[in-house]
Amino acid sequence: MSKYAPLGLLAFSFFLSVSAQASIAYVTNEKDNSVSVIDVEAQKVVRTFDVGQRPRGIIMNKDYSKFFICTSDDDTVEIYDAKTEKKIGELPSGKDPEQFALHPDNRHLYIANEDDALTTVVDVETGTVVAQIDVGVEPEGMAVSHNGKMAITTSETTNMVHWIDTETHELFDNTLIDQRPRFAEFEKDDSLLWVSSEIGGTVSVINVADRTIAKKISFAIKGIHKDRIQPVGLRLSADGQYAYVGLGPANHVAVINRKTFEVEKYILVGRRVWFLAFTPDEKTLLTSNGISGDVSFIDVASQKAIKSVKVGRYPWGIAIKP
Amino acid sequence: MQVRCMFLLFCALSLLPFGVSAQEEVEIKIAFVTQKVAMPLALSNLLQDAEDLGVQGARLGLNDNNTTGRFTKQKFILEEKLAPEGSDVVAAVQDMVRTGQKLFVLDLDGPALKAVLSGVVEQNVLFFNARAQDNDLRQKSCDFRLLHTIASRAMLTDALAQFMITKRWSKWFLIQGQRPEDQLYALSLKRSAKKFGAKFVEEKTWDGARDARRTAQSEVPLLTQGADYDVMMVADEIGDFGEYLMYRTFDPRPVAGTQGLFATSWFWTVEQWGALQFQNRFIKQAKRGMTDRDYAAWAAVRSIGEAATRTKSSDFKLLNSYIRSDEFQLGAYKGRKLSYRNWNGQLRQPVILTAARSLVAQAPLEGFLHQHTELDTLGFDRPESQCKEFVK
Repeated sequence: MSKYAPLGLLAFSFFLSVSAQASIAYVTNEKDNSVSVIDVEAQKVVRTFDVGQRPRGIIMNKDYSKFFICTSDDDTVEIYDAKTEKKIGELPSGKDPEQFALHPDNRHLYIANEDDALTTVVDVETGTVVAQIDVGVEPEGMAVSHNGKMAITTSETTNMVHWIDTETHELFDNTLIDQRPRFAEFEKDDSLLWVSSEIGGTVSVINVADRTIAKKISFAIKGIHKDRIQPVGLRLSADGQYAYVGLGPANHVAVINRKTFEVEKYILVGRRVWFLAFTPDEKTLLTSNGISGDVSFIDVASQKAIKSVKVGRYPWGIAIKP
Repeated sequence: MQVRCMFLLFCALSLLPFGVSAQEEVEIKIAFVTQKVAMPLALSNLLQDAEDLGVQGARLGLNDNNTTGRFTKQKFILEEKLAPEGSDVVAAVQDMVRTGQKLFVLDLDGPALKAVLSGVVEQNVLFFNARAQDNDLRQKSCDFRLLHTIASRAMLTDALAQFMITKRWSKWFLIQGQRPEDQLYALSLKRSAKKFGAKFVEEKTWDGARDARRTAQSEVPLLTQGADYDVMMVADEIGDFGEYLMYRTFDPRPVAGTQGLFATSWFWTVEQWGALQFQNRFIKQAKRGMTDRDYAAWAAVRSIGEAATRTKSSDFKLLNSYIRSDEFQLGAYKGRKLSYRNWNGQLRQPVILTAARSLVAQAPLEGFLHQHTELDTLGFDRPESQCKEFVK
């Protein structure tokens, strides 16, 4: 036992040194037109800055030098320098951008235009629209496969996953899933795509090879009516073990075992939990809770919510910079 | 057993992805029938209703269906029929049935709808009631061919009652108009009061002899003096005098019912659960806000679209049975999936409680429990159903 103590200490000090670099979480406040900046180690908001109207989706680029924000009511995507947190540009996004995903080439941004039933592809270096693809009614979820070969859009009223070939920018398949698909993420090896259905109350796991549903996961929380269990945000841990799903007005995050597809735990967080983001070390998972206006910190090891931090009105997206 | 096999077929079908291979497009025709009803000039209603209520909702639903239809190779066609005021709408519907039309969205008032139901003998048709709120169409006068996407009066008044009980405003003062629909609304309020434990302490009828715009300030205090009540409930569906009760009651009391805080299937103040996008799409198309009639017509057209997408079929029997099945669910911007009650064909749905410019609540309110779904705390639940058509 004592033999291992120094190793443990070493590991501990290693994490301390990592934490000294202090990860920063950016949280868009949909109704405040602002972004709250959270020091993840200190677990508190260190500053807030104003952005365009109705900020929703937010992502970092691949080298963490910039972040992008969908400012839906301005019909633009704003670009920020991650060091100065100052706006350095805007991208033509198409109408009402909501969610987006960056291609592994760090250059092509796939944007869902909710009002226009379109997916817009923008070259972030030249600031030009490369393609616009007709998709279903109210496109929302966006994801690009890790190998970069395909992108998907989910449409909330058509209830489909639309599969886009990133070479030709054409649809090559559509998969019908449960009502109101909101968010999607590819497994690291691109074998499976996980998609949440908010009104259907399920998560569909789709075989990427043939675009059929491999598994459909339902949820049940004692004392909460099944109609109030509305899966939205979803994250897959890098170790391949768990999927975490924000269940909206059920105020819980579900923990799904990715080997058995069984729900192992429900973690109580703030009210109307939507989107989730891991810290770079994946020790902590942050959740945006729209109605309670806060961000919950989940300790991944113990699968417990350990802290909630007040942010602005209707926190929506979260992006974390190491 | 036959039914179950059919659903197995659905399940098997739904495993197939929608490819993008060339495959022939199928057409699904939907008829939209409306008729203008003669209305007296409502005294307090300074704004005229739009001429295109209902049909704009159907058109939006059609667009939504066709956007989806691009991927499923289904093309939806809307045949709009505007029957002139006083014309024979039954004959118009019969003509369409004769040409093979089977799917109808009816934007008709109660009497016209009943005439259609008794005039059309064809059983292999599906009617959606997207306008008439009459309770008896969900009870004794129900018809197996008829589904309702508009909320019944009972659902509306139950929603109001839940709100009042939550606020502990359980003593009600009723003022009703003289029109038949006002009396139906008042009856429905009484049913809801009994159901949820509120009480009418006083009832008055607005006799309609005077112009409320000129006289409300002096008459309403007299009419409302002396009673001990929590809330003034008004039954005035066309908006003849109800707007003129607020601020004129003898005691300072809120007004609810058809004016003040009112209950409806839909209003432009709804913006949660993606409704903002939906409202924006509607405003862009119709150049006005969305009403309950538009919403009900949209929900009817979307129900057909949803069934066609899920069954991958345009076959009437398959669509009709799927819409009525347990598999059916409609995402409709109310935060819950909607489905049809299998005892009277009513679309179970949350009810909007709103003031003229702000959303107040959405029923069912928290705390009103139900063994199956809280949505069934609104309107006629299975045990109280008097609809025999659906159990045969």
